[in-house]
Amino acid sequence: MAQHESATPAADDVMRAADGKPLKDSLRRSMRRAKTKALLLVAPLGLFILFSFALPIADMVKRSFYSPEIQNVLPETAELLGDWDGDGLPPEQIYATFAKELAQADENRNVGVVSQRVNYVMPGARSLFSGTARKLGNVDSGPYKPAMIEIDEDWGDPEVWSILKREAYPITMAYYLSAVDLRYNAAGEIEAVASYMQIYQKLFWRTLWMSVLITVMTILLGFPVSYLLANLPVRTSNLLMILVLLPFWTSLLVRTSSWIVILQSEGVLNDVLVTFGIFSNDNRPQMIYNKIGTIVGMTHILLPFMILPLYSVMKGIPPSYLRAARSLGANPVVAFVRVYVPQTIPGIGAGSILVFILSIGYYITPALIGGSSGQLISNFIAYHMQQSLNWHLAAALGSILLFVVLGLYYIYNKLVGADALKLG
Amino acid sequence: MGIPIYAGRLERTWYYTYRVICGLIFFFLITPIVVIVPLSFNAEPYFTFTREMLTLDPAGFSLRWYQEFLNSEQWMEGIKNTFIIAIASTFLATSLGTIAALGLSKPYMPYKNAIMALLISPMVVPLIISAAGMYFFYSSIGLSSTYPGIILAHTALGTPFVIITVTATLVGFDQTLVRASANLGADPTTTFFKVIMPLIAPGVISGALFAFITSVDEIVIVYFIAGPDQTTVPLKMFSGIREEISPTILAVASILVGLSIILLTTLELIRRRNERLRGIVPQ
Repeated sequence: MAQHESATPAADDVMRAADGKPLKDSLRRSMRRAKTKALLLVAPLGLFILFSFALPIADMVKRSFYSPEIQNVLPETAELLGDWDGDGLPPEQIYATFAKELAQADENRNVGVVSQRVNYVMPGARSLFSGTARKLGNVDSGPYKPAMIEIDEDWGDPEVWSILKREAYPITMAYYLSAVDLRYNAAGEIEAVASYMQIYQKLFWRTLWMSVLITVMTILLGFPVSYLLANLPVRTSNLLMILVLLPFWTSLLVRTSSWIVILQSEGVLNDVLVTFGIFSNDNRPQMIYNKIGTIVGMTHILLPFMILPLYSVMKGIPPSYLRAARSLGANPVVAFVRVYVPQTIPGIGAGSILVFILSIGYYITPALIGGSSGQLISNFIAYHMQQSLNWHLAAALGSILLFVVLGLYYIYNKLVGADALKLG
Repeated sequence: MGIPIYAGRLERTWYYTYRVICGLIFFFLITPIVVIVPLSFNAEPYFTFTREMLTLDPAGFSLRWYQEFLNSEQWMEGIKNTFIIAIASTFLATSLGTIAALGLSKPYMPYKNAIMALLISPMVVPLIISAAGMYFFYSSIGLSSTYPGIILAHTALGTPFVIITVTATLVGFDQTLVRASANLGADPTTTFFKVIMPLIAPGVISGALFAFITSVDEIVIVYFIAGPDQTTVPLKMFSGIREEISPTILAVASILVGLSIILLTTLELIRRRNERLRGIVPQ
């Protein structure tokens, strides 16, 4: 009987399960089955997130450096330009192909797609392309090289062709460069854009320092409240907790619109200040539609994200440590700073990263109450998506922001672990 | 935390100052929520308290903004859309999230941390970036300006909450119960609905509430991928605030505050029940 045999060591000295198979194999098989089962449970959501979330974001990142417009409209020219050594003027063959495809593009009305792309690097490209495309209709036979130089002498400029060669290649760093106020000059070197056009570096810095400021504000306001909540009797602290949780659960738009009601120049706060004579009626301070509005609104909205993790950490700190420090002769301030505060660092860290991540990508509040000086990087992403329609630049700005956030998320994961996020 | 009897005068002063500071911070937290509710009953189209309101004169109050809201076809359309999208995405997020959380809590889950990081990421990635990605991608596959598109997006945003709350409940879950149930002849489906589900229900319900409120409150993605037929309440509020803010928005905001109070109370009741079941009774 199998069972009997398994009780005694087999001849090859391998432990065997009841069915006579080696125990190790059985274990491995059952482990594999357990793993497969676990994976199968996660698979539906994993695939769902991949399709509905990860793929769109990967697509956006791809858009930030992949821009095949010229290749799509002028495929043969792009290929020939790719093979050309880029020295001096291209041979007649390229002129001929380019003329043929440009005329074709003019018929399909998509010369603009090509010229817009070149226009980023070479202002004036738009009129050069559209003018040439129009006049090429009168040229029906080669050689095209002199004919095109006849139409516009720019076509005899080697620089124009080397720009076209570079731009025809679908992979480009140009959008990342413009996202940090740099650009390729005509010679293909990286240079800063004209100073009056530099906005993004300033914008990144503003987003950064405002996020840091908001994080610091939430620590300053969140710390005393969390300490109070963690040290009051449960019944009282549960009641006070409502004051933290209700804003947390209230719609973002509700909170933003109530800040408009409170802060606007005819608003509640200004009325109070005028009534008490702090400001005269014609001299009401501007507290909204600028940086102040954004900072106040976002601090209010993100404060619960600091209080909740800080509270749960403080809840776990035994009060006896502080008492021990006191009884050993530390004065209250020293005891608090040197014994209590260091124990709250994990909570401050978790809360700070959370608040910082949220504020660095905030869109709604700055858009509604930030005015023009309180706009953050996300507002410019939206602007390029909807108004300027420079989707590649929007994608590049978004990708930079994404990498920053993912980096911080990675640190957060190392420090606290993603599943340690506490809710409610 | 009373003051110890040995506290000196300085310490006493600090104790009361500290309480006042905390009071001010709580005031900062709650005032914006509280202030709009009375203002939404304003008889005048202003955003400030009129003299009549301050003297509690009934003539200063009216329900006209609520009436305007209820009689507006656009707002009602918005409510309908908001609820269609929220209910569908909550259902999807809760079912997918619960099943995945069961898998993630298995002891032999391979690549657990990497998978968890992927599944939580919709909560971490800034909404504007998700919106940008979806705006390009969904329009290329014909999903933008459709209900399914927004529902997909909101489901993705809601699942991290379900995962977090359900895995938290599963930490204390006794896996032998599953084996006991199988031993007694229940098939996996019966075991899931009769044994596992009742025990993890609090986590599932609070996850579902989080997913629901996320969808109801979500504006950035809707702003980018919704068409004119999918206008939701937040989107209507957003454009209302941008163009000209009318007190109707305050009426809607007050109703939303009411909704969040209901959700918060439900969550609190679930939490208490949960603690009672686990034998942790609040003092």
